[in-house]
Amino acid sequence: MEKIIEFIQQPWPWWVAGPLITYVMFSLLYFGKGFGVSTNFKTACAMLGADRVSDFFKIDWKDQKWNLMFVLGTIIGGFISAQWLTPDPSVAIAASTVADLQAIGVANPGSSYVPAEIFGTDNLFSLRSLVFLVGGGFLVGFGTRYANGCTSGHAISGLSNLQYWSLIAVVGFFIGGLLMTHVFLPYLMNL
Amino acid sequence: MKLLRFTIMGILFGIILSKAEIISWYRIQEMFRFQSFHMYGVIGSAVIFGVITIQIIKRMKLKDAQGEMITVSTQEPSYARNLLGGTIFGLGWAITGACPGPLFILAGHEGWVFIIPILSAILGTFAYGVLSDKLPH
Repeated sequence: MEKIIEFIQQPWPWWVAGPLITYVMFSLLYFGKGFGVSTNFKTACAMLGADRVSDFFKIDWKDQKWNLMFVLGTIIGGFISAQWLTPDPSVAIAASTVADLQAIGVANPGSSYVPAEIFGTDNLFSLRSLVFLVGGGFLVGFGTRYANGCTSGHAISGLSNLQYWSLIAVVGFFIGGLLMTHVFLPYLMNL
Repeated sequence: MKLLRFTIMGILFGIILSKAEIISWYRIQEMFRFQSFHMYGVIGSAVIFGVITIQIIKRMKLKDAQGEMITVSTQEPSYARNLLGGTIFGLGWAITGACPGPLFILAGHEGWVFIIPILSAILGTFAYGVLSDKLPH
């Protein structure tokens, strides 16, 4: 048993994660549900009474209870991994990425899952954290609903279903991601 | 209690994305800098297996647990929606280092800090709902 736990505790390669993600998608389809995490943001709006402001939120959010339960599970899954399955939280990113990130002001790239410069609680009330956490989250929420899906809905489910419009959405994801990474990020790190 | 099966799937999904470091801000940076195959391998292999899975479902006309035909569809035929919306999401993905699934997983993995981008994403979705009549679709 100890051997099994030790085996699981290593970082998982892409060829383990990819097919397992497909399996999660298939399990949801088998129970009549579509894989889509960003829908939960819309459900949250409807639950909080946004239907009184916009007809866009006039949905029966109880139909999405399963998805809220799924998301609850993902939080638990993250907690289990951090507590018991990840004795070494460093991430073995490419040497070139380490060098690029050091050049824009990230002190120890890859020493943990997320950079302390952005997500550390010490400098939470800085302009930088405000832009990354509040601004970034806002763009994710706005963009996914505008595009009608995120990575799970478009990149995984949509492309698996050979949907042309999901491919266009994924092209959009990369236009935005490349612009942010190569054009705006160096400035934002200086905030 | 039937809904508990979805929580179990969520736990599995959370562990997969944690252990393969897909929730790491650094892995997303590496992806957008084309400096590693890791993320492309994850998404690429998920899609290749997904295409095969969905082709089998369609050709064998497999039914779901309730005996209904399995259908997959989320697409809206619109360049404005998919390209503009996709780009806005991409901008956010590269700074938070997380798409919606990982935002929730990170709340469990790294702690309460990630409640901030989650709440902000809910606000962003609300803003889209309010402004949607005025946006090109």
